[in-house]
Amino acid sequence: MILEAVRLALRSILRNKLRSFLTILGVVIGVGAVIAMVTVGQGSSQQVSQSVSGLGSDMLVLRPGQRGFGPQTSGGNRRFNLRDADALSELREARLVAPVTSSSVTAVYGNTNASTQVTGSNEAFLEVAGWTLADGRNMTAAEARGGAAYCILGDTVRQKLFGGGDAIGEQIRVKQISCQVIGLLQAKGASSFGNDQDDLIIMPIRLVQRRLNGDGDVNSIQIALASGVTTTEGIAAVQDLMRDRRRIGLGQEDNFNVSDMREVADMLNSVNSVLSGMLSSVAAVSLLVGGIGIMNIMLVSVTERTREIGIRLAIGATSGQVLTQFLVEAVVLSLLGGVVGIGVGLALAWGAGIFMAIPFAPDPLVVLMAFGFSAVVGVVFGYFPARRAARLDPIEALRHQ
Amino acid sequence: MEPPLIEFRNVSRIYGEGEAEVRALDGVDLIIRRGEFVAIMGPSGSGKSTTMNIIGCLDRPTSGACLFEGTDVGGLSGDALALLRRHYLGFVFQGFNLLARTTAQENVELPLIYKGLPAAERARAAKLALARVGLEGREGHDPSQLSGGQQQRVAIARALAGNPTVILADEPTGNLDSHRSHEILTLLQQLNRDEGITIVMVTHEADIAAYARRLVVFTDGRITRDEATTPVGGATTPADGAATPAEAVS
Repeated sequence: MILEAVRLALRSILRNKLRSFLTILGVVIGVGAVIAMVTVGQGSSQQVSQSVSGLGSDMLVLRPGQRGFGPQTSGGNRRFNLRDADALSELREARLVAPVTSSSVTAVYGNTNASTQVTGSNEAFLEVAGWTLADGRNMTAAEARGGAAYCILGDTVRQKLFGGGDAIGEQIRVKQISCQVIGLLQAKGASSFGNDQDDLIIMPIRLVQRRLNGDGDVNSIQIALASGVTTTEGIAAVQDLMRDRRRIGLGQEDNFNVSDMREVADMLNSVNSVLSGMLSSVAAVSLLVGGIGIMNIMLVSVTERTREIGIRLAIGATSGQVLTQFLVEAVVLSLLGGVVGIGVGLALAWGAGIFMAIPFAPDPLVVLMAFGFSAVVGVVFGYFPARRAARLDPIEALRHQ
Repeated sequence: MEPPLIEFRNVSRIYGEGEAEVRALDGVDLIIRRGEFVAIMGPSGSGKSTTMNIIGCLDRPTSGACLFEGTDVGGLSGDALALLRRHYLGFVFQGFNLLARTTAQENVELPLIYKGLPAAERARAAKLALARVGLEGREGHDPSQLSGGQQQRVAIARALAGNPTVILADEPTGNLDSHRSHEILTLLQQLNRDEGITIVMVTHEADIAAYARRLVVFTDGRITRDEATTPVGGATTPADGAATPAEAVS
């Protein structure tokens, strides 16, 4: 009987294609939006964990100032210097140490220029920050210390300055200093927050300190831990050393903070899930509106088909069977909307994934839930019209014109 | 003794209350036995349609009892009435009441779906029923592609497909010209005579009622005449259609 009802429902849906399409549009948009949001959200959190695992979970970042955004105690923002980095690299727990300082600059090559960010660091930076070279070479330790006039270009900068042309070996001007391009980075794409990670130039830290910033400061220090060292041990070792170096007495707060990438990833993910949760609830509202659309059309359909209902009742349909018929029709409509919506949502997420350079991560569970939810929408919003149909008086219904 | 097929015992049907009260049926006693062909006549508002609705288990008496094979249908639930309609009754309406944009065969299959017959069996039964009303080869036609007479034949086939004990025909020829009317009435006579199907037909035209073998006349909710008649039309020579109803009566 149910199978028969489904067949019947499909036939009556196909009989009025345009109206059926408009009816399910609400559900299509609702389900599509939810699926797209969730899939994009999951893609971006997958990307976060990928980029974090690319960096290695054994990564620590040391920054000046106390953790959090609260008021800083005096001297809280005291910067680090290269001697701090040297001292850290003495630690048994540290495998690689990359001091980082940065500066906003305009880079010029010939008559093209690009405003970008210079990251001053040492030879360890590429590995610690998870960069790979597309071409050329890394700086050497000696070049980093000596402040040699070399630079490594991010993909965006390379494109801006050189277009398709060969960059290795060319001289570019960064602010007032001239330096030679020795390496090109593999593109990473946009970060989870949508900023272009490839818009950077990497230079020896001494060069940036002396010639661009005119100081000896280090903004942050990135540390890759030695194998077998847990993050907790690593953080403790770094904290001990830095408290000692900064002469922080017992009972005094740290005036620096150490975070591991897992923490950063967690934060990114929580931002992510809050965002996609919010967007999904907006999308869910449209699913609700879609359900009301189905109810509306089913009510119209019951009125239009009053005579048909009368005929069915007269030839022996029970009111339960009429109820089933209209309920099944609403559910089939809604499921149809759900299926189309899932397709649209996945396609949108796929497109957005390409556009935003995040992985396409469809979740079968979410798809299944969307499918189930659209069935629920059909039952909930189809019940009232179906009940109205089932309660029709056959005599009145047959008389209806 | 076997109980009569349909029995009205002092049946009244009252619509509305108080001042607005309308007594559509007022203490009607009526017995219809198996194999009868009864015409129910009367002016509009005389109670003939109400009688039909009560026989058809679409309506219930306000007081009194309507017995179907000895069972009081007044006490049955809505679902039980639906089952009764499904298994014993076939309806033929004035307006044909076929489903639009649905082929003749699908229309005829409709009651069989509710009977729970498998698809193949349904198709077979529907084809057979359509053949019985002379519509072989029209199985795939939509009602809109059929003439009025053909549509009414489809409706009769639909009533027949369920293998009913009684066919209730409510002004079955009201929308047809006299020639088509004759064909339909002859068909009903044939079903009554050859297959023993009881037929109850409501009409307000004497020449239509003349095809039946019994005439019941309603006036103001009461039976004012109830007599056996000699049927006209094709009852003796069903196929030739020699006399149109108009000629037969005049």
